[in-house]
Amino acid sequence: MTEELDLRGEVCPYTFVKTKLRLEELESGQDLIILLDDSVATANVSRSLRSEGHEILDLKAISGEVWQIVVKK
Amino acid sequence: MLPYCRNEEMRSGIIVSGSFTDEQIKRYSRQIILPEVGGKGQKKLLASKVLVLGAGGLGSSAIAYLAAAGVGTLGIVDNDIVEVSNLQRQIIHGGNIGLSKTKSAEYFVRSLNSDVDVVTYQERFCADNAGKIIREYDFVVDGSDNFSTHYLINDACVLEKKPCSHGSILRYEGYVTTTIPQKGPCYRCIFKKPPPPGLIPNCQEAGVFGVLPGIIGTIQASEVLKYVLGIGELLAGRLLCFNALDMSFFEAGAEKRKDCAVCGDRPEITKIEQKNYLDNRPEECGL
Repeated sequence: MTEELDLRGEVCPYTFVKTKLRLEELESGQDLIILLDDSVATANVSRSLRSEGHEILDLKAISGEVWQIVVKK
Repeated sequence: MLPYCRNEEMRSGIIVSGSFTDEQIKRYSRQIILPEVGGKGQKKLLASKVLVLGAGGLGSSAIAYLAAAGVGTLGIVDNDIVEVSNLQRQIIHGGNIGLSKTKSAEYFVRSLNSDVDVVTYQERFCADNAGKIIREYDFVVDGSDNFSTHYLINDACVLEKKPCSHGSILRYEGYVTTTIPQKGPCYRCIFKKPPPPGLIPNCQEAGVFGVLPGIIGTIQASEVLKYVLGIGELLAGRLLCFNALDMSFFEAGAEKRKDCAVCGDRPEITKIEQKNYLDNRPEECGL
């Protein structure tokens, strides 16, 4: 089952800290959808996820001010 | 699920991610974000119980950083009172002259991090209470100020199978080593016998550079955190020596001794008896 983490309104580094904590609760291979409202935070979170060995399945703007990352643990 | 904290006020906090409160996520964010720590590591720290023997110079810096990192339970043993002459190096006792060091340390920890439970022992650490106190903890920090107590702490840790970071300082120099039960050398393997009385000047005769216990005590705290987290390399079988005047570190290797009186093949010390620790004169400046 794909989980969703809404981080709109959060700032760095808590965006990645909360992403990391949620991922720790998931099973390996499970997907997580992350919603952010800042382009810099989106870039930072996706880069940090890659550096910790997670696979980014999708990264896109879903509206003018909201970005979505889909990551596989 | 309850958040990883130990008092009712925090338990009522809003849990925003996993078992952490929003405040905990902010407080520990810079270490949770470390790949080797994460939420799992932070939970280990919050569940850990560490005993600090001596709330003096070494103990001050160890206590401060262990509390800041979120070690869940800190036991603090000391029977001294805070004096103005302590404040040049014992950095947690400001404003508490005349108060017991255990109470002063407890106030400091509470003001720094309410996640930490403090257990104070306002008593001299001796053969009668050593095993009983140490038994309750996962790791021991030796911040004592005399050889007899170093040996007592070591022997109690060996017999109770507890890891320990030993630190010691004098003038501008200090050393630190970590002992892991049933692995590598213990303190007695490295220092078979104390130096003869009078050889090592006491704190009043020799003085101590104020930052020295800060540096050595912080290394001891680092050893505790790495042990609890299960990361990095410990100072097991390694005596790390520091000279603040030269600003140099050097390391001496140490090995387990088969003839060690407490951890050797045929140990003479199989239980803690006060007669083995009668000479408690302060000869170093751990406190």
